[in-house]
Amino acid sequence: MIKFSDKQLAIPKLMRPVYLVTAGQSKFDRAFPDKRTEELCIDALTQAAEMINVTPAELKSYIHTCYYGHFADHFGDQLLGEAVIHDRLGLDPLGNCGVKTGGATGGTTLWEGVKAVASGYSNCVLSMGWERMDEVPTDEGNFLISCAADKDWESPLGHIYTGYYAVMAQKYWKVFGKEEDSFRRTLAEIAVKHHGYARMNPYAQSPMKITIEDVLNSPVVAYPLRALDCCLMSVGAACAIICDEATAIKLTKNSPHKPLRIWVTAGSHTLRPADRRDMAIPLLPNETADQYKDLGKKFPGGERYPGFTGFLAARMAAYYAYNQVGIKDPTADLDVIELHDAFTISDVQTYEDIGIRPYGYGRDYVESGDCYHMNPKTGKPGKLPSNLSGGLIGCMHSVGATGIMQVFEIACHIWNRWAEIHGDDKLWKKFDRKKPADWTDLQVKGAKRALAISHAGVGSHVTATILMDPDKLIKKDA
Amino acid sequence: MSMFGQVHVKNGQYKIKGDFHELTPNMPIRNSDDGWKLMGVTNPRDMTYIHSYGGESIFFESLSKGKLMATRCDNKKCESKGSIYQPFRIFCPDCLSKMTVIDMTDIAKKTAKIHTFMVCERSGAFNILKRPIKFINIEFDGVCTILMSYLAVGEPEIGMRVVPIFQKLDPTYTILDMAWVPEKTKSNHLPKGFSF
Repeated sequence: MIKFSDKQLAIPKLMRPVYLVTAGQSKFDRAFPDKRTEELCIDALTQAAEMINVTPAELKSYIHTCYYGHFADHFGDQLLGEAVIHDRLGLDPLGNCGVKTGGATGGTTLWEGVKAVASGYSNCVLSMGWERMDEVPTDEGNFLISCAADKDWESPLGHIYTGYYAVMAQKYWKVFGKEEDSFRRTLAEIAVKHHGYARMNPYAQSPMKITIEDVLNSPVVAYPLRALDCCLMSVGAACAIICDEATAIKLTKNSPHKPLRIWVTAGSHTLRPADRRDMAIPLLPNETADQYKDLGKKFPGGERYPGFTGFLAARMAAYYAYNQVGIKDPTADLDVIELHDAFTISDVQTYEDIGIRPYGYGRDYVESGDCYHMNPKTGKPGKLPSNLSGGLIGCMHSVGATGIMQVFEIACHIWNRWAEIHGDDKLWKKFDRKKPADWTDLQVKGAKRALAISHAGVGSHVTATILMDPDKLIKKDA
Repeated sequence: MSMFGQVHVKNGQYKIKGDFHELTPNMPIRNSDDGWKLMGVTNPRDMTYIHSYGGESIFFESLSKGKLMATRCDNKKCESKGSIYQPFRIFCPDCLSKMTVIDMTDIAKKTAKIHTFMVCERSGAFNILKRPIKFINIEFDGVCTILMSYLAVGEPEIGMRVVPIFQKLDPTYTILDMAWVPEKTKSNHLPKGFSF
């Protein structure tokens, strides 16, 4: 079994507090025939400025370093697209750097920004992400995404990334789902929930009022995954401004919201699932050493770790993050989360990887109603609402922007500005989208702490971003 | 007359012959909702890449000869000494020493089982496998990792015993030269070009 050294498992420590000051994002859609990528990026940066009542020029005057998350050069057919955007944003001659970690690119772009501020290199960083996925038809798009798998060993096998998740879905369904139809329905319920929450989000690409049967009757992509189990292919941009304390205070002088403390951690695992020797399950603060002793007895086939039933990278990102900020129990200590629901199955797997439920019991997070804004079982607020944006299934997956969109969303909750932003009639009109008659305020009341998980297929990279109201820290010296 | 791009190596250098790209004109994209105004252009591109298999070449060459090669760490100082890797890795992921290439065709024939699978109705562009594609991940006795491939005959089930088949006739020299069939499948049921 692989064992990790103390040095590898050391808990990260920032050299000074780091703050998320503001964030912004563009509309998300399958295609923007009328916009260049820079127009979307400028939409995002302009919104970030408006959120704190400064002009874009004023905000730019604070920025010292830029990180740009743009996963796929071949999608946008533009090598070094970062240089194009940096130029069009008028941020030369500042230093900038492109970031790419597959689906986790957005989260990693924030990770780099936080480290630059924490180290003292910069007092204000722009972390901006985007993806241009409309320059090719969908099947060519699937081919390009599959190029992120190992090109000699996996990509030629169908050139479709959904397949690489479907084998995980099959294994999970057999081992932890015990081949129960009820588990398949629980997966479908996630798609219903996320498309449903997308209806309340003017930025979202795929608002839908659907049923579990609609999901189960949607076309098979890679059995057992069906079309409505899968994330979107999107175009759009999102950005965040990350600062030290003094700059954060200055920049929010006339802002309706205060800056939030931010931490980002990261983990990784093999590009090909189960491609290392096995190991003991790394434990989170709410787990015990003997908790998983009989996992293989309870769930035959579930003894191998890491295998096809979870994502080691997510477990490691959560391990570093929770220990860094003092989270003992994510369900109790956090108020709202955004997870990387690339597929309904990977959403469930992540519940376990990040300790919302123990391995084998992820489905309970959905079945208990805890994951909802309003628990349908109890009629009371969900214990830990997830993906109120609609997530990757309902809102967007514009890869380089996705992890940053998630952070924009959870920040809106802590800032108590979710309804102001998402309910704005002018925004719905600007985006040429119809606000539903039953539009519902999804603000999580009193939210003070939140988490976003950004993930690359099939768990090769994962980041965990934690935001906290600076007056509600768990660990004062985090 | 055009000719597919061809490459061989001489004196450690690539020698290329034929066409490595095709020129296709770009076309305007116009808005039919707004007076057919110009919105953009198409950018066609057809290119051939030159890709080295490096230290994995023996694996792909062996498939065309009906052999499944793996690697084993034989570094006495490595904590995982003796571990066998399939997929083939050139270097041990623990100690980074170059591993020993071994022939594991017999191990595969005697112990391969489906660890998990999926049936893929759709594919990305450039797929050449017949749909639905039955992807399988295969576990072997004594091998510490799991291999992804596809089932060419029958319906997959977790735990099913399978055996490898190889495209020895007109091989592609890619991972597609290897497929799997349920144990006891008869030779006359194998896809064209494949044999045990």
